[in-house]
Amino acid sequence: MATAKQKNLVSFLQKIKPNGSSVTIFIPYFWLTLFFLLPFILIFFISLTQPVDFQQPPHTPIITSTENGLQLNLYFGNYQALTEDQIYILSIVNSVKIATISTLCCLLIGFPMAYGIARSPDRWRNTLLMMVILPFWTSFLIRVYAWIGILGKENGLLNGFLMWLGVIDQPLDILYSDLAVYIGIVYSYLPFMILPLYATLEKLDNTLLEAAADLGSKPTNTFFAITVPLTMPGIIAGCLLVFIPAVGEFVIPELLGDSSSPLIGQQVRSVFSYDWPMASTLAMMILLVLVVPIFIFQYLQNKQTVTK
Amino acid sequence: MKRGLSLFVLICMILGFIFLYAPIIVLIIFSFNKSKLVTVWQEFSFDAYVNLVNNKQILDAVWVSLKVASLSATLAAILGTICGYVLTRFTKFRGRFLFLGLVSAPLVMPEVITGLAMLLMFIQLDGLLQNIFGIEPVGRGLVTLIIAHTTFATAYVAVVVQSRLAGFDRSLEEAAADLGARPFKVFFLITLPIIAPGIIAGWLLAFTLSLDDVVISDFTSGPGASTLPLVIFSKVRLGISPEINALATILILIVSVGIISANIIGRQREKKN
Repeated sequence: MATAKQKNLVSFLQKIKPNGSSVTIFIPYFWLTLFFLLPFILIFFISLTQPVDFQQPPHTPIITSTENGLQLNLYFGNYQALTEDQIYILSIVNSVKIATISTLCCLLIGFPMAYGIARSPDRWRNTLLMMVILPFWTSFLIRVYAWIGILGKENGLLNGFLMWLGVIDQPLDILYSDLAVYIGIVYSYLPFMILPLYATLEKLDNTLLEAAADLGSKPTNTFFAITVPLTMPGIIAGCLLVFIPAVGEFVIPELLGDSSSPLIGQQVRSVFSYDWPMASTLAMMILLVLVVPIFIFQYLQNKQTVTK
Repeated sequence: MKRGLSLFVLICMILGFIFLYAPIIVLIIFSFNKSKLVTVWQEFSFDAYVNLVNNKQILDAVWVSLKVASLSATLAAILGTICGYVLTRFTKFRGRFLFLGLVSAPLVMPEVITGLAMLLMFIQLDGLLQNIFGIEPVGRGLVTLIIAHTTFATAYVAVVVQSRLAGFDRSLEEAAADLGARPFKVFFLITLPIIAPGIIAGWLLAFTLSLDDVVISDFTSGPGASTLPLVIFSKVRLGISPEINALATILILIVSVGIISANIIGRQREKKN
């Protein structure tokens, strides 16, 4: 007779016996854990080490083996340095500020566009939607590059145009300033705002708007009382899709921004070239800022897949 | 949704599309400029294109980019399809929540963090492989680029495949299973052909994302594996050059032709149905 222990063992073996579905799950799970999850855990631990020159890897080991077994070496100096040296905190604050304002600008420009596309005649809608998607498929780098020629001080097209119109007599200093970064971010991320907004606006039940109008509601009132609340999922998704990558943006401020006040994404890249632990610490700080927005986004994604 | 636009919305749309397209149009026009100063119009010429064709550095980078993009898109299409399938079909398994997070996090994670994290992991793995198995270090280059690109592109493929699977008629799969087909057979004979358009769309998305990526490539590539965006980025930092305009024009042309023809084909299919 099989004892309870043996029964347990059998059921355990049955559980771990590879079958079709567990192998199916295992392959992507393994890949994403090895190349996505573990790297994040690794930078967390590297942020708790000290830099060491002329050594590969250039930081103190995370784990050392001593006579008493393995020992975990934790060093909190990098996080302490953040409070002492204001430059990193300032660049985080500046990055969040720029990302927030850019997100709002995207919403203000993107909402009327998405609304217009959703309400366009059928034969136009596909084409208009395609016109939003097309820049999204063309190279991001090249679209940012295009603005250098437009915003430049000497020979810049915008300055030339404004001076020709007589609006200004001195060329404006737009390129290599925060304003140029705003323009670059809004321009690059606008499709990410329009597409989720369009997806919710398209499904908006028109009878609700008609009912409100029949009951004497003014168009602006109807808009804020019905259209905006019903499209909230799209608004939130669009804002997060712009805000989250904008906080860590590297290419746009590098090409269009003021090099004397680097944003946090640029800091990570430049600090990395001489101090891995500090670069990891800065990356952890960006994650700390973004953890709430990322969780909201994950939650929305999850809800969407469940309701589907 | 009621059709018809107010004047305000119409003006917003027109201005919005001008904003989206003016820079691209300017870029294309000035690629045909003879002047060395990109934004001062001198006369029409193909000089920039001739210089581009003779620029070995750019041509090499195109080749590297195409290799990395096609390999990583293919790997991402396979992994992403499995992810999408697992997420829609296996609604309960241990660690599903973590899995969902792993699949969707690369979509929103700032590239600087992903790039840094992956690079440090690659270096760590290289050290482990060398110390434990005595394998020669892989170093930074094509292999690390392909792994990094595959990892973030998998998430995008998973989303596309997932949406395709969500609007899917399960009865066909059930019928096949009832008739005695094994799960693998059901998948390859029924599920795969139906979700194939989603997988192809996902592959194309992964391919373009890989061709376009600057930040993650900047971290994970090494000497001898400069992709096209990395070469453009290093040139652009020094200022604008007519060759980049010419290159941009060609890229925009290829993408536009691709997107517009895909759209037309899609619409014609819709009409047939």
